[in-house]
Amino acid sequence: MKELALMKGNEAIAEAAIRAGVDGYFGYPITPQSEVMEYLMLQKPEERTGMVVLQAESEVASINMLYGAAGTGKKVMTSSSSPGISLMQEGISYIAGAELPCLIVNVVRGGPGLGTIQPSQADYFQSTKGGGHGDYRLIVLAPASVQEMADFVDLGFELAFKYRNPALILTDGLIGQMMEKVELSPQKERVTEFDQSWVTTGKTKDRERNIITSLNLDPDLQYEHNLKLQAKYKSMEQDVMFEKTECDDADFLLVAYGSSARICQKVVEMARSRGKKVGLLRPQTLFPFPSVELARMARKVKGMMAVELSAGQMVEDVKLAVNGRIPVSHYGMVGGKIHSPDDVLNELEKKYIGGY
Amino acid sequence: MEVKEIIRPENLVYRRTPLMTDANLSYCPGCGHGTVHRLIMEVVEEMGIQEDTIGIAPVGCSVLAYDFMNIDCTQAAHGRAPAVATGIKRLWPDKYVFTYQGDGDLAAIGTAETIHACNRGENITIFFVNNGIYGMTGGQMAPTTLEGMKSSTSPYGRNNATMGPPYKITEMVAQLEGVHYVTRQAVHKPGPVRKAKKAIRKALELQKENKGLSLIEFVSNCNSGWKMTPNDSNTWMEENMFPFYPMGDI
Repeated sequence: MKELALMKGNEAIAEAAIRAGVDGYFGYPITPQSEVMEYLMLQKPEERTGMVVLQAESEVASINMLYGAAGTGKKVMTSSSSPGISLMQEGISYIAGAELPCLIVNVVRGGPGLGTIQPSQADYFQSTKGGGHGDYRLIVLAPASVQEMADFVDLGFELAFKYRNPALILTDGLIGQMMEKVELSPQKERVTEFDQSWVTTGKTKDRERNIITSLNLDPDLQYEHNLKLQAKYKSMEQDVMFEKTECDDADFLLVAYGSSARICQKVVEMARSRGKKVGLLRPQTLFPFPSVELARMARKVKGMMAVELSAGQMVEDVKLAVNGRIPVSHYGMVGGKIHSPDDVLNELEKKYIGGY
Repeated sequence: MEVKEIIRPENLVYRRTPLMTDANLSYCPGCGHGTVHRLIMEVVEEMGIQEDTIGIAPVGCSVLAYDFMNIDCTQAAHGRAPAVATGIKRLWPDKYVFTYQGDGDLAAIGTAETIHACNRGENITIFFVNNGIYGMTGGQMAPTTLEGMKSSTSPYGRNNATMGPPYKITEMVAQLEGVHYVTRQAVHKPGPVRKAKKAIRKALELQKENKGLSLIEFVSNCNSGWKMTPNDSNTWMEENMFPFYPMGDI
């Protein structure tokens, strides 16, 4: 029988983490994601599954706790919001360089700086292009519902361990704070067997010592390591995920993820009711990005509009995918304000539908 | 007497612990790091805990500690070793987890991680090598550089008025409830080496008993950074460092 609950997005992440058999959570309070750790503490996960939950002294500490624990093969995660994620970037770069699996959740708020506590999608560049130093990529998942907040915890760990790479759930204060019905997964057992080829759990007699490091002072070795990383990132394309709404006969395509995609679903309905053939492509993975599908769609539609709660970040990846074949524009709100479906539709009509 | 008659087990007075790898130490001749490495590995061997020990290497001269210690190791970002150790120990409470850190790493950039790991009483051991200078980056001023001491970023000597005075983080963390055992040792002479080894053993034994955090500060020399011969640096250390950083349990 299905187990249904009415939950905030942040709570769904926390509950899903316990049910996914996560071994450890290390975090630091910040609005609008504090419910993740609050919910975990309230649930006594050490009694439910043996999961460790620790409030660190800073995001700098929590990401490094994650780094240490991830190096032992355990399933570990943290969550934060934009300014806190910025503080974590050094650690994330180390985790990516050392090729450790873990899950990071960013419930984005408006920036730059201390910004605002209202929702935003302005951390797209930071999430998908690196953020920290060096050539590395995260697996980036973009939930658009409380259900996906829960589901992507398990998916994030699956991909993180498949590629031995940190995975990031990129969401925002809107999805984190809103309540929806969510179907919860059954409880998974915590893993007790670890891949002895790389984990630092103590050198046993039957293997060489394992070292978790991102340091290669020899440029030839660091070169090889970087090539290996790039090949890995390239191979992630096979796990690209996206959802298409009303795309089969569309003349115009909206491209939006997360909370913006929710708004654009309404825009598609409104446009269709006016007889305009508008579709929506919603990337569920932002890295890997659905470039191949967008290139394919560029042969079918007359124009695309990237709709984001930012000054225009994902639109650059849409343009790269489309490669000049059709016009690509951006529409978005900045600073924590949210566009309405009317705003988006007006812009779409002004830019494309009226003008063509 | 022939050589083969001399080479017999009963005549063995010293051997290198197999827990030190065959890699050539990257430390300057005369530096204390190699001795501290060896002592820790000897204790791990003697306690028979190699299979359950995880070391955390810092950023600094000992960034490559994992090349020399034949145990599982994780290399931490600058100053973050106590947080990295916390993550491991919390999920593997039965393992022995230690950090190996220098003064810049532990007492400057990693001050917050150090103090909070100590305050939470993480059941780990911190080995803190204090040579009063940033060795690896070329001899810059450290939080533990003595007043008047010259470094590449205090070329006219540390001026306490403008640069702040050196501080004793070991005495500071000794005040915290979560800290169980704090001691200051040295490894420049056979007597101190024997004492230091006992302290290392005690610290790791305490981890087994789940007593909370232990921290051993090793006041050490940096003959290259101090621009002295190894012998002179040890004499200078005794005359200048030891009065400010006194030996013994705190």
